[in-house]
Amino acid sequence: MKKQLSSNEYRLKAAARARFDFAVIADWIPPGEHILDLGCGDGTLLRYLRENKQVSGYGVEIDPARVLACINNGVNVIQTDIERGLSGFGDLAFNHVVISQALQAVHATERILAEMLRVAEEAIVSFPNFAYRDNRTAIASGHMPVSEDLPYEWYDTPNVRFFTIADFETLCDKMQINIRERIAFDEHGQAVLDDPNLNGSLAFYRLSANPSAKPSKQHAA
Amino acid sequence: MKPHPSSQPSNPSSIGLVAPRKACFDTPLKLKSGATLARFDLAFETYGQLNASASNAVLVCHALSGNHHVAGFYADDRQHTGWWDNLVGPGKALDTDRFFVVGVNNLGGCNGSTGPLSIDPESGQCYGANFPLVTVEDWVAAQAKLADLLGIDSWAAVIGGSLGGMQALAWSIQFPQRIRHALVIASAPKLSAQNIAFNEVARQAILSDPDFHGGHYAAHGVIPTRGLRLARMVGHITYLSDDQMGEKFGRQLRHGQHKFSYEVDFEVESYLRHQGDKFASVFDANTYLMMTKALDYFDPAYAYDGNLGAALANASAQFFIASFSTDWRFSPARSREIVFALLHNRRSVVYAEIDCAAGHDSFLLDDAHYHALLRAYFQQIRI
Repeated sequence: MKKQLSSNEYRLKAAARARFDFAVIADWIPPGEHILDLGCGDGTLLRYLRENKQVSGYGVEIDPARVLACINNGVNVIQTDIERGLSGFGDLAFNHVVISQALQAVHATERILAEMLRVAEEAIVSFPNFAYRDNRTAIASGHMPVSEDLPYEWYDTPNVRFFTIADFETLCDKMQINIRERIAFDEHGQAVLDDPNLNGSLAFYRLSANPSAKPSKQHAA
Repeated sequence: MKPHPSSQPSNPSSIGLVAPRKACFDTPLKLKSGATLARFDLAFETYGQLNASASNAVLVCHALSGNHHVAGFYADDRQHTGWWDNLVGPGKALDTDRFFVVGVNNLGGCNGSTGPLSIDPESGQCYGANFPLVTVEDWVAAQAKLADLLGIDSWAAVIGGSLGGMQALAWSIQFPQRIRHALVIASAPKLSAQNIAFNEVARQAILSDPDFHGGHYAAHGVIPTRGLRLARMVGHITYLSDDQMGEKFGRQLRHGQHKFSYEVDFEVESYLRHQGDKFASVFDANTYLMMTKALDYFDPAYAYDGNLGAALANASAQFFIASFSTDWRFSPARSREIVFALLHNRRSVVYAEIDCAAGHDSFLLDDAHYHALLRAYFQQIRI
């Protein structure tokens, strides 16, 4: 087994690698769109999208220090708790709604997914895959996984929902959410084609609310 | 989070000695009520320097009992610092080393601007109750005349809390090309029935005072002190949170025991009486009545079938909206109404919901996070 880093070291590594997942998301967003970024943190993704894709839009954040950081980043931020849903945001008010590595920190998973597909034509969701090989190894060795995509100890993690690529796709199926595209990456940022639920550390999805197109079985892990 | 290079105050200090000025306008001002003021004066103060392109001007709008004395102190009254001195000054969140800040006493006020205490040129007597009712929109129109006089085509920002925030919002609607940023704090897009009800109690306290004389108390050489005092007491209750009152006074007894009389038993009674007395000795009753009506009438969506988004459709400013968790007078939900109306129009908006125990009056305090937000926002404003 490779050398175990501390959760803090993983967090620094993940921050240095941040551009990689921004690029994945930016690739899916046509220039000039109006977007909503849920759990936007310090607003770096929105700023990146504004500078590289000329998007307009808003971030949503609950944490006061991060709201301040958004202002310093020149990013439009709305301080509110996404656990309470997105009431106030109009139907299809946005081209894209993004929840980047924050879905696992939300209790009301089904509600927020439904709300996202109400306010935007398409949702982009990224989350750490708890069934990733190294995470399975950690559990098998008797410990909760700590990695670049899960850079927290069990006692200080903001994550409240622990799920896998397979679990997520089962939920999408149940909610009749259409999976338009999925990309998974390993911990080195390499795209994974073979058995993503085992080999993927971080998963990205394009989702739509079109119930007529049932989720394709080829996405199931 | 990355610390912002200049997010720490660079030794903020008071603006120091200031002096009020007066601007006189001789062209008639048509008011929303239909009445016309043939001429009017506005008392104002300025802090900092207007730059060559006049692009760094910030207007500070006052709330119910405020005035033009926003920061600093007067030579003959060094104790009496401006009401937002903790925000405005060199190195402060609204930095007078960078911005030219203007404070103005609104039309109808009682601190130097033309109001009920002024002489009506038609009668040669004090206006008293004959002073026309002025609205938030009238204040903004008068402030625009002052901007003209000072050579300010467009404000870098207009900022206000409570009723002051309503003026900032009204600026963005009335003069969209003359305001680049609107900072609307602890405010609301209109009063609720409960808000109006509290105002009505305050008004009835004044109107029913035997010394009111239909508003012509000056002609009788008296002041409706009891009414004003009651009005301020009921108003003051709505400015504080239940928690904060509990923390500050609880059930503390003034004399250590129950007196079984109607004199002050509990400390909170003493506090309210003190606030009422202080206010009644410096504020004009007619001005207070008029200010509460201006609050009641404010409703930019009224002309748009209640659709605030439609009212704000032409607003082009960028917005900073903030509310306080314990404010029950203008709760966070009221600020969110403004936020979502702006989102509907895809306007640039920052919205902060600040955890602060002090209720509505939080906007006047120097809560560290609150001021950090304002500092960061002002630093982002290009001049």
